[in-house]
Amino acid sequence: MSKITKAFENRKALITFITGGDPDIETTEKLVPAMAAAGADLIEIGIPFSDPIAEGIVIQEADQRALLGGCTTDMLFAMVARIRQKSGVPLLFMTYLNPIYTYGKERFLTRCAECGIDGLIVPDLPFEEKDELADLCERHGVDLISMIAPTSEERITLIAKEAKGFIYCVSSLGVTGVRSEITTDIGKMVQKVREVTGVPCAVGFGIATPEQAGSMARLSDGVIVGSAIVKLVAKFGKDCVEPVSEYVHSMKKGIDAATK
Amino acid sequence: MKKGRFGNYGGQYIPETLMRAVQELEKAYEFYKNDLAFQNELEILLKKYAGRPSLLYYAEKMTRKLGGAKLYLKREDLNHTGSHKINNVLGQVLLAKRMGKTRVIAETGAGQHGVATATAAALMDMECEIFMGKEDTERQALNVFRMELLGAKVHPVTSGTMTLKDAVNETMREWTTRMDDTLYVLGSVMGPHPFPTIVRDFQKVIGKEIKEQIMKTEGKLPDAVIACVGGGSNAMGAFYEFIQEPSVKLIGCEAAGLGVDNPKNAATIANGAVGVFHGMKSYFCQDEYGQIAPVYSISAGLDYPGIGPEHAQLSDTGRAQYVPVTDDEAVNAFEYLSRTEGIIPAVESAHAVAYAMKLAPAMAQEQIIVVNLSGRGDKDVAAIARYKGVALYE
Repeated sequence: MSKITKAFENRKALITFITGGDPDIETTEKLVPAMAAAGADLIEIGIPFSDPIAEGIVIQEADQRALLGGCTTDMLFAMVARIRQKSGVPLLFMTYLNPIYTYGKERFLTRCAECGIDGLIVPDLPFEEKDELADLCERHGVDLISMIAPTSEERITLIAKEAKGFIYCVSSLGVTGVRSEITTDIGKMVQKVREVTGVPCAVGFGIATPEQAGSMARLSDGVIVGSAIVKLVAKFGKDCVEPVSEYVHSMKKGIDAATK
Repeated sequence: MKKGRFGNYGGQYIPETLMRAVQELEKAYEFYKNDLAFQNELEILLKKYAGRPSLLYYAEKMTRKLGGAKLYLKREDLNHTGSHKINNVLGQVLLAKRMGKTRVIAETGAGQHGVATATAAALMDMECEIFMGKEDTERQALNVFRMELLGAKVHPVTSGTMTLKDAVNETMREWTTRMDDTLYVLGSVMGPHPFPTIVRDFQKVIGKEIKEQIMKTEGKLPDAVIACVGGGSNAMGAFYEFIQEPSVKLIGCEAAGLGVDNPKNAATIANGAVGVFHGMKSYFCQDEYGQIAPVYSISAGLDYPGIGPEHAQLSDTGRAQYVPVTDDEAVNAFEYLSRTEGIIPAVESAHAVAYAMKLAPAMAQEQIIVVNLSGRGDKDVAAIARYKGVALYE
C-alpha cells in the first residue's frame, strides 16, 4: 500500500492545497509542516502554471503571484527536499502537463522520487492520455492520481479500475473555488468507485467550511481544501502561517465531529 | 495511429469534467459528417448565406510589378462577415443545433471568429457568448460592437496577457460549468480532439475550390499555396486539398512581430518547443519551465502562442514550410495590396501577402502562387493608422 493510500487508514483524510511559491518559497516551506501539525493528512503543493485552465480565479491569481515572484519547478524540488528532512507527511505535486513535459518527463519524475514526492495530480491529463505519465510514475513510486467528475458517469468504472493512491472526486461542474452548496450526488459517485476498487475517494472543489467538510467526509474517504486556504495566503501574505494553521485545524475538527 | 492524433501531435489533454462533452461532440460529428441532410443544409448555407464559392482573383498588376510568378488571391475576405471563419462556424453551429444545444460560446482574438459565431447564432436562434481578451476588445472595439449588435454577449477577459490565449482559457472554463446546453465553437484547427479535425473539415472547402478554379483558368496546379498561421485554420483549409500533391509547395506565414530575435513575436514554429496546452500536443512559445509565453503580434488574430497539431506534423515531416513575417513586413504588404489592387486585406492575411511579395520575384513567370486572403481589413484600418502614428477616431 502506498504512503498516500495509508494516509486514509482508520481515518477520514484532510487534504490541503497551497500554491508553491505564493507569496514566496520561504512561506510555503513553513506552511507545509504547519498544516501537517494542524491536522492535514496529505498536502498538495501546486507548481504554478501560467494558464491553469481547471482553476478558478483564486488559484489562478496565486499562480500569477508565485510566477511573478520568480518561483520555478527547481526551487520547489529543492524546497520539498528540505521539508522532507523534518516532516514525513505525504506530499503531492499538482500541476499541468506542460511544466512536466517541458522539464522532461523522466527528469521530472526522477526528481520527484529523489526529493520525496509521493503523488502527482495533473488536471489536464484525463484517462485517455494517462500513458504520458502512468508508467514513469509507477517506476518511480509516485502515485498518479485519477480524477472523476460529475460528468464521468460510466467512465467512473474505467477510471477507478486503474486508480492509484486515492481518487480525486470533483464535487461540481466548473473550476476550483469556493461554493455555497454542492448539489452533485457525491454518495452515488463514491459508491460507483467502491464497486470496482478499494482505493479511497476524496472530494474536492468548493469545500470551505467545517460543516461542508464534515458532510463531504461522511459521504467519502476524505476532503480536499484548496481555494479557501489560498485565499487566506492571499490575505495574510507572509503572515499566513498562523491563520492557515487555525483554519486547517477547524476543518479537521469539522471532519472529526461529523464522522465519529 | 491513436485517435485524434497527427503523428505525435493532437490528443485530448483536458480536465475530466470536459471529457464527456468532447466525446459527445465526436460522436455527433462522426454521424453528421456522413449525413446527407446535414451536409446539404450546410452546403446551402455556404452558397446562399456565406457567398461561396469565393473568387480566385488573378492579381495582374501585382504580378506585373513584382515580375515573377503569377499571383492569385483566394478571396475569403468576400465571404459574409468578411473572413474564412464563417465556413467553420456555420458548420459547428449547425452541428450544435442538431445536437440539441441552445447556446454557443466562443473565444476570439481579432473578433473575426466572434463576429462569425454571433452571426451564425443569430441566424440559427442560438444564445451566444463571446470571450475576448480585454486588450483585444480595445484594439478591436468595432468588432465588439458588431457582436453586440448581433445579439451576443461579449466578456472581456482580464486574466493573464488579456489576449487570445486567455480568451481560450476562459471559454474552456466556461464550458466546464455548462455542457448540457452549450457547445464551445472553437475558432481554429486547435484544441482537444475532435476540434482540429472538425475545423479542418469545415475549412477544406477553401483548398478544394482553389484546385477547381485554378485547374479551370490555368489548367494546372499552383506551385505554391501561401497562408497566414496563428492557430492555422485558414492555412489548413487552403493546404488540405494539396497535401497529397507533392508538386505544390505549402507555406504558412507566422507572426514574427518585432522579429524572431525579439521577445515580442508569436512565431511558434520558429521559436516554440513541443508541449501540451489547450488540450493538444503541439508546438508552443514557452520558457524552459513550460510557462506559456506572453506572445505579441500587430494582428490580434495571430497573437497566439501555439499552432494546430496538424500543422506541427506538416512542419516535422517537411510537407509544409513555416516562415516568420514581421509586423513591418505585414504593414507594408497591407498598404501595397490596398494601393496596387484596391483590396484592403486583414492584417493577418497581409502576413501571407508579404511573403508572396518576397517569393514571387524569385520564381519563373510560368509558375503560380495562390495566396489565401483569409479576411478583409476593415477591422484593422484604425490599428494600421495607429501603427503609422495617425490619430484616427472610429
